[in-house]
Amino acid sequence: MKKWKNLSSKTRSDFLTYTMVIVAFIVLRVLSAFGMLSNSLTGLLVPLCAYIIMAVSLNLTVGVLGELSLGHAGFMSVGAFSGVIACAGMESFIPNPILRLVIAVVIGGILAGITGFLIGIPVLRLRGDYLAIVTLAFGEIIKNIINCLYIGIDGSGLHFSLISSADLALENGRVVINGPVGAVGVQKLSTFTFGFVLVMLTLIVVLNLKRSRTGRAIMAVRDNRIAAESVGISITKYKMIAFITSAVMAGAAGVLFAMNYTSLTSSKFDFNQSILILVFVVLGGLGNIRGSIIATVILYLLPEILRPIQDYRMLIYSIVLIVVMLTTNSEKAKLFIEKQKAKLKEKKEKGGAKGE
Amino acid sequence: MKNMKKILCAALAVAMTATCAVLFTGCGAKASPDKISIGGIGPITGDVAIYGTAVKNGAQIAVDEINALGGLQIELNFQDDVNDAEKGVNAYNNLMDWGMQILMGTVTSTPSVSVSSEANEDRVFMLTPSASSTDVIGGFPDAAGNVNIARKDNVFQLCFTDPNQGIGAAQYIADRKLGEKIAVIYNSSDVYSTGIYDMFMVTAADLGLNIVSVTSFTNETATDFNVQLNEAKNAGADLVFLPIYYTPATLMLKQADAMGYEPSFLGVDGMDGILTVEGFDTSLAEGLMFMTPFASAEHPDFTNKYVAAHGVEPNQFAADAYDCIYAIYEACKIAGIDGSTPAAEACEKLIAVFTDPEFSVDGLTGAGMQWTADGLVSKIPQAVVIKDGKYIGM
Repeated sequence: MKKWKNLSSKTRSDFLTYTMVIVAFIVLRVLSAFGMLSNSLTGLLVPLCAYIIMAVSLNLTVGVLGELSLGHAGFMSVGAFSGVIACAGMESFIPNPILRLVIAVVIGGILAGITGFLIGIPVLRLRGDYLAIVTLAFGEIIKNIINCLYIGIDGSGLHFSLISSADLALENGRVVINGPVGAVGVQKLSTFTFGFVLVMLTLIVVLNLKRSRTGRAIMAVRDNRIAAESVGISITKYKMIAFITSAVMAGAAGVLFAMNYTSLTSSKFDFNQSILILVFVVLGGLGNIRGSIIATVILYLLPEILRPIQDYRMLIYSIVLIVVMLTTNSEKAKLFIEKQKAKLKEKKEKGGAKGE
Repeated sequence: MKNMKKILCAALAVAMTATCAVLFTGCGAKASPDKISIGGIGPITGDVAIYGTAVKNGAQIAVDEINALGGLQIELNFQDDVNDAEKGVNAYNNLMDWGMQILMGTVTSTPSVSVSSEANEDRVFMLTPSASSTDVIGGFPDAAGNVNIARKDNVFQLCFTDPNQGIGAAQYIADRKLGEKIAVIYNSSDVYSTGIYDMFMVTAADLGLNIVSVTSFTNETATDFNVQLNEAKNAGADLVFLPIYYTPATLMLKQADAMGYEPSFLGVDGMDGILTVEGFDTSLAEGLMFMTPFASAEHPDFTNKYVAAHGVEPNQFAADAYDCIYAIYEACKIAGIDGSTPAAEACEKLIAVFTDPEFSVDGLTGAGMQWTADGLVSKIPQAVVIKDGKYIGM
């Protein structure tokens, strides 16, 4: 136990985050093994993992880098659709579904990363509101591009078109992405265990990045751009690192999400989706990775838990959002929580002293 | 002390997840075993909430009527999906926890494609009142002849498929000589709209219809149609075919009126409900024709009941749902299904009944409706025209 004590409080906090995720995973696995999980919860696990990755990766851009991005769903979309195409393309020569899923996730992540790089070149020169507007436009552009994209597959390989599905000239093939109809007939490959592994990988990458030299440079850029520049930190480089890492993980989350449903439309990844993820990040606390995870779990499950009171559930959901927003921001509430914490500590210490 | 904190945290995490899980399993009423449990899924909130609400209300009227007869009792649990595949699957799983035996839904096509695959895997019989995309039932070749998704043998439709509506509309124009020069305005970002449009164009070419202008819009640009209408006007179109939902159509009619362009308009079943839009001047819709199997004026019993309960005229979706419940009810009586039959067993029995050529249902949306093994319904397509603020059969 000495080792634990010697660790810095930051490292301890990181380990707590890992432990929390691992414990939650084990509990859910055990419950599901005993058949105690409902269909609802079982069905929610994979999208939940995808949303956690989205929130954690967006937190890297918004919380750690300090740039407001409103097009995060765009990267998810790029990852999702490239993953679907990759999976369909590999179906004939890679029979193992897990291997196919892993390759699809890698491809989706890389393509989203490349998109992030291309977008990053013009976008990261902008600051504040302008950056928010451009990323918003990016999300819409991706959506509209996929809306007119037709991709089919037959014996001779993949066919691309921007006109119509008839233009693909398939011979006994199947249309993988059918313009506005989106992707239909996607094979469901995602599993909860795979989602958990992805979440852990994301956490390892983000938490280590945050604690590293690079991470400190990124935060220096966020806190004071001029000061950072004056000590020789390359603003563009570090902004790019954070932005691309975030995009790659969003792409991977997109593949995980896409492979959980048989159909997928580009309109799913719209402005609302970006905002939803931003809400998870903001309510969890900017720069607070553990907070993002907890906020995602609560806010994603809440509307589903409230299904029995259908007419009021969205009302309650929005009230919860407002209440959380107000309490986390109000000085009085913070003071109250601090006081309670101090009281608890006092009590504990007293109890501890007696025990010893 | 620190050690204790760690254990405490772990214990807290366990407790939190467990509470969550228990909330999911324990919460919500279970379906009662002496009634047939029918689940419904559709958008009750969001952009197309009018369809989900109509289906919910229409189905409830049928359920109340059947329960009042005595005999076989039915319980309906309707869940919201906001016209989204992800939420649709969530709603479906929720209904499975409730103990759903038969699924009446989903209302719209996008969530239906995903939900029908789930239902196919779990072997739950599914009859959709209005999800008209062929991907819902599967195994149906598209306009280019490709089969993109395999047939889901337990999924049936009560409405016409999108391609069939496109064919029907083109034939209707040709048969009735509704227009010499035809313009088409469709929503290129919508499954439903493009599905009808693709097949309409193929059939129109076969029938030799004169299409003078084709323009499109997307959900994002559905706020101004002056460009599309001007193009149709300049091309001299005397009939504008609108394979779209009614929301953009209200704006289109208004803008056409403002620019003094007065062609005849022909819509499809998505146009149903246009008279109930709040703040829409219904006189603008005067003379609007659309393909729909249901004209409320021809079924006063159902219409009166619906108006009394909900204060608005029922649309085709309400009638489709009403027919769905009766079709399921009739089939259950034949197959001997009651509240205690497991879903998978009920599924196989219902497939056998629905594909039986002897089985036919007379409903509001058509007499002698029958189904084939490919999931399609056979009934006669009809059209209505709006006259004096009422839907009149043509």
